[in-house]
Amino acid sequence: MLSTILAGVKLQNPTVLASGIRGVTGSSLVYMAKQGAGALTTKSISLKERKGHPTPVMATYEQGIINAVGLSNPGAEEALPEIEYAVAKSQVPVITSIFASTITEFGKVAEIVAKANPAAIEVNISCPNVEDEFGRPFACDPGISTVVIQKIKKVTSLPVFAKLTPNVNNIGEIAMAAEKGGADGITAINTAGPGMIIDIESATPVLSNKVGGISGPAIKPLAVRCVYDIHKATKLPIIGTGGVNSGRDAVEMIMAGASAVGLGSAVYYRGPDVFKQVSSEIEEFMLKEGYKSIEEMRGVAHEK
Amino acid sequence: MKNNPFIVEKITKVITESEDSKTFVLPGKLNSKPGQFVMLWLPGAGEKPISLSGETEDGFSVTVCAVGPFSKAVNKLTSGDKLGFCGPFGTHFKLPKDAKAICLVGGGYGSAPLAYLAEVAIDQGVKVFFIEGARSKTRLLFTKRMREAGAEVLTCTDDGSEGPKCYSPDVLKTVLETHKIDKVFTCGPEIMMKKVIELAEAHKIPSEVSMERHMKCGIGLCGQCAVDDLGICLCQEGPIISGKLALSLKEFGEYSRDSTGKKIKG
Repeated sequence: MLSTILAGVKLQNPTVLASGIRGVTGSSLVYMAKQGAGALTTKSISLKERKGHPTPVMATYEQGIINAVGLSNPGAEEALPEIEYAVAKSQVPVITSIFASTITEFGKVAEIVAKANPAAIEVNISCPNVEDEFGRPFACDPGISTVVIQKIKKVTSLPVFAKLTPNVNNIGEIAMAAEKGGADGITAINTAGPGMIIDIESATPVLSNKVGGISGPAIKPLAVRCVYDIHKATKLPIIGTGGVNSGRDAVEMIMAGASAVGLGSAVYYRGPDVFKQVSSEIEEFMLKEGYKSIEEMRGVAHEK
Repeated sequence: MKNNPFIVEKITKVITESEDSKTFVLPGKLNSKPGQFVMLWLPGAGEKPISLSGETEDGFSVTVCAVGPFSKAVNKLTSGDKLGFCGPFGTHFKLPKDAKAICLVGGGYGSAPLAYLAEVAIDQGVKVFFIEGARSKTRLLFTKRMREAGAEVLTCTDDGSEGPKCYSPDVLKTVLETHKIDKVFTCGPEIMMKKVIELAEAHKIPSEVSMERHMKCGIGLCGQCAVDDLGICLCQEGPIISGKLALSLKEFGEYSRDSTGKKIKG
């Protein structure tokens, strides 16, 4: 009843561990699979190691979380055994998130991580916390989005998901650009903003990076609208991510057009077993409303 | 768990503990338990997880050893300076029911959460052996505070400048052979803690350790403090874990991870 298919990748339930959450090590990913995640996304991996930003890198506020971890990771070669471990032991599909600052480098990282034989590659072309050579995320430009995906599709036959930013005028256009480049699916959205929290006692921005991406309940309506727009523009499968905290939130995302839902901040709000909780809440809703499959619910809000 | 973001308070008291360590008292009620930590934030200098070294009606305290840029900056602060924190976070030391005597084994600044535990235990009528090892006399922490609290303090130093010239597990061995101990608690370098647990296990005595890993968020999201092979985050299911659990972790006493996630020795 809860199973769903993402670009040929079968998930037992539609909850996906979002990138950047408990995805540093293989054993951490396996632990999240045991908490009921239908699929796992690794932390974004780049060619060379990155320390990330100095702490504080994360702060919560009333309606959400802001973070600027700064894409810390050990580099693709060092991360390889961690991905291999997760692929071998988690018993659920592992999506490897990758990141680079140039198109050539994207190809190199994809080539390396593909060796671990993950179920798919998620291309993070939308992190708001790092400056790239263009001074803004790749996913703000349709032309560049197409070229990045093309480059990756050239080096691997794995399904490729493009992770998009909400910080664009027309996210549907970017999704179509990714599709044109050969993307097999879309993950939307990355954190919004960036935003800032200032501690007024010390008159200081809390994050060392001063600004950070916004996640959590605050961005859910933005994420739902983006998923809706993407589904209208393309029929690619979508991992709807952004502020999903409950089964009802997940259903909302699916009705907007998602085939699966990413959970990130929810791990903070409801604990690591939020995957089991959300799955059973989706099932409860489906039974109550008479839906028989995720696919049946997908995009139904577009018919209204 | 939801005490984020930071609360910024003025330091009410600074106590010099040793040549490189100071205790900072901040006002406020955390309802903390020994072994828990706070994320300490010095605006402009950074944020680090620090174990609580005490909580009384006057506030709570952290003891900071000046080792890196952050702790050196904190150690320059004086009364009235502002310091931010959030927490308390993590698991805590658990005294066994009807405990009569416990033994605490600290190495270096690992003594901080143990001092807090000692006071709580003595308050409940438990006899406390407080074993503390340090490189030299000038680096021993809390010996006066622990004696005044009523603990039996046993010190040792690497250079023999105070107490016998040996390591704290050597002292523990003697205590376990001569006294009936209900539980052993330890915090310090992992190599030392490993020896402590093995000694406790050999005497069939339960133990708890404070295990530290690189933490970035402190709220179970970033995954930086996940340990192999269990994959649990020590900011959530630690820092206090049973000695048995620690021994079952592949990386305990073997390796940890740096801020990139790369494995580093020790």
